[in-house]
Amino acid sequence: MGFDQYHEPPEELSAQTRTFARMCASLTEEAEAIGWYEQRISVEIDAEAVAIMHDAQGEEFKHFSMDLELLLRRTPKWREIAKGVLFQDGDIVEHGEAAEAVADSDTLVAPAVGGAAATSGSLGIGGMRGGGL
Amino acid sequence: MNNHLLRGHAPITDAGWTLLDDEARERLRSALAARKLVDFEGPKGWEHSATNLGRTAAVKETPVDGLRAAQRRVLALVEVRAPFSVSRAELADGDRGADDVDLSELDEAAHRIATLENLAVFHGWSAAAIDGIAEASPHPSIALGDGHFEEYQRHVAKAQQLLLEAGVEGPYGLALGPAEYTGVVETAERGGYPLLDHLREIVSGPIVWAPGVHGAVLLSLRGGDFLFQSGQDLSIGYDHHDADTVQLYLEESFSFRVATPEAAVVLRA
Repeated sequence: MGFDQYHEPPEELSAQTRTFARMCASLTEEAEAIGWYEQRISVEIDAEAVAIMHDAQGEEFKHFSMDLELLLRRTPKWREIAKGVLFQDGDIVEHGEAAEAVADSDTLVAPAVGGAAATSGSLGIGGMRGGGL
Repeated sequence: MNNHLLRGHAPITDAGWTLLDDEARERLRSALAARKLVDFEGPKGWEHSATNLGRTAAVKETPVDGLRAAQRRVLALVEVRAPFSVSRAELADGDRGADDVDLSELDEAAHRIATLENLAVFHGWSAAAIDGIAEASPHPSIALGDGHFEEYQRHVAKAQQLLLEAGVEGPYGLALGPAEYTGVVETAERGGYPLLDHLREIVSGPIVWAPGVHGAVLLSLRGGDFLFQSGQDLSIGYDHHDADTVQLYLEESFSFRVATPEAAVVLRA
């Protein structure tokens, strides 16, 4: 078994950082698998095989999403930026820039009451150029 | 920093904040018409106080001879706050999984603040030193006529012609006041082809429901003409609470300025 996910000597990393790195590696592998299945499905002509690969790709979607959610829960700034970008209509780059600016202007300190939801404040709406009918 | 919102001091759980934020986001997104049509810059944070205009005003007197002085001109951001309250019992029900929590005051506050933002951008807000798109436009306004929605296609085409003659390229967007929007959506011409589709072909950009807008405004979306600058983007903050209710507010700070007045035409109701 390799330890390629570590960029620094593992013994110098905290257990928390090692877990974080493992999950980042897992996220990468799930994304790669999604891409591989996409390619296989595009060239496969056997309908039965395609159906199985669609099912398998669905599993990778789930794995990727779970990995991402855990990483976001444990990384407040990443979560803050993701909240401003994911599942939004409109210009993705604009949302990204706006979300980054908000995250940079927030100080996500541990609150007296409540968790991350209590500290972030912006609704992350930003620009919505092109929205409408 | 958004610490001034004091969210950490509210007797609201993480799940409760998520409920409130999601509800506000949903209500605001449908009503924030200006942001769908003008340039949006920011958010630059709560500490951001003014927009640079790049201009100066001469300072007539200097206390020492042989000097010239000029003072920078800026457009101060305006802070807007829409208070609302939420029942603590309702929030507790939400924590238990209730999916019909009464957030009606939040909904009304979201509509108020979105309407104010639209009004300021399209019709100006003199007390806050904001000139609106409609008032700045040098083009003659076009009368829509009361209830004659079948004529809108012709009016919007005329407005687009005025923009083209002024050298203002598209794509264009159309902000419609609530009454006009309803009329457009409900109107099908004799052949049954919806008016909305006709307008969409002319405009080539979004057609937007715009509470706060009187009549309609056709404007270019090419960029650089209408500039909305956000300080603190819309956020929910905490004011105070008692045994029964939590007093909260929606808040934002922004400025707006028109760089190219001729890039919009007003269609008056």
